[in-house]
Amino acid sequence: MGLLSTGNKKVLINPFSKSNPVIVLVLGICSALAVTAKLEPALVMSASVVVVVAFSNVIISLLRNTIPGRIRIIVQLVVAATLVTIVNEILKAYAYDVSKQLSVFVGLIITNCILMGRLEAFALGNKPWPAFLDGVGNGLGYGMILVIVAFFRELLGSGTLLGYRVIPQALYDAGYMNNGLMILPPMALIVVACIIWVHRARNKDLQEN
Amino acid sequence: MNKEGNTYTIIYAAVMVIVVAVLLAFTAEGLRGRQEKNAEIDKKEQILRALRIAATAKDAEEIYQKTITDSYVLSYDGNKKNGEDAFTVDQNIEKEIKKPVAERKLPVYEAMAEGAKKYVIPLRGTGLWGPVWGYIALNDDKITVFGATFGHKGETPGLGAEIDTEHFQKEFYDKQIARNGKFTSIAVVKAGQSKNDMDYVDGISGGTITSQGVNEMLKNCLSAYENFLLKK
Repeated sequence: MGLLSTGNKKVLINPFSKSNPVIVLVLGICSALAVTAKLEPALVMSASVVVVVAFSNVIISLLRNTIPGRIRIIVQLVVAATLVTIVNEILKAYAYDVSKQLSVFVGLIITNCILMGRLEAFALGNKPWPAFLDGVGNGLGYGMILVIVAFFRELLGSGTLLGYRVIPQALYDAGYMNNGLMILPPMALIVVACIIWVHRARNKDLQEN
Repeated sequence: MNKEGNTYTIIYAAVMVIVVAVLLAFTAEGLRGRQEKNAEIDKKEQILRALRIAATAKDAEEIYQKTITDSYVLSYDGNKKNGEDAFTVDQNIEKEIKKPVAERKLPVYEAMAEGAKKYVIPLRGTGLWGPVWGYIALNDDKITVFGATFGHKGETPGLGAEIDTEHFQKEFYDKQIARNGKFTSIAVVKAGQSKNDMDYVDGISGGTITSQGVNEMLKNCLSAYENFLLKK
């Protein structure tokens, strides 16, 4: 079995579309609201989630045959929390500026349902390598939606992308105004809903009767 | 051994907790020196930013040494307190802010910037989600603002978090914290509103609570220095 056999490829690719954690499984919505007002925190959050989900998946997968069933959720939580704390400490020591920007978001990774969801649904029953790919895939699938939402919210809400002004001053002079509503959390839900709508319209098999 | 038995479960949990505790303790202890250094440099960068000097983590230390000429701690009556280090007090400023105004230790940095003497005063308050802080630099008349910088722990990006942008901080330039010899502070008002009896800047639209937090912070922190600032 190659490193990227058909099965493994599916594990990695599926979360981008048919089993996307945000728009199909509807997990991790809270953080999708919190960090998508600007593109930059969305990108950093996505990267952090990829790292944490991938590695906690591997650790749980390695331990899967030893974990007692009755306390498995606690074990998962402890592994995830430890990893997040260590990542946070390392960022503070070696990438202080990044850690300042992320502030509370790093801690929030623990509460991301995708993390626990993947540990429980996949890592507990699979070998470390597929578990790693599953973590990367789900992290990226989550990140993809985050970036799309943040793109529209920052563009329409602040007229900037990654902090750079992209809507020309001439347009403002002509009476264009930033849509302040885009920055508020409800608009993240509405943008996510629009993405789900487009996605389901294109994938008929996802539609419920 | 039975994997689902009580003994196994309890031992498993105990071992796990010990391993994790040791791991975290080592990480925290091993990285603490670096983290504290980073926080220190970050503070110096902020002080310099209030003096309109852009420093990076690499040269902050050096520029700080050159720029800051003196630092001391005051008591409420405006006199210097001996044996206190301004930077150390500043690092624990949140403790001072909780005390009644008259009992606070008040750190002040004196600096030479753009050829004149400046006073830098640390600020600390509360925004919407958590602490906000900053530094305000005053000209040698101790009334006119030379520069200001603000930071926050986790204000909403795009809204309250805008207080750390240059755009907002520039509004403070040349504002005065006193009028007719009386301390007034500087108000942060809703954009478009105005104040007659004191200088004001426009708050962040959509970041009302954070703006109010900055307003409160200025009033609360600067009022403690009243005796020092208004003494001729």
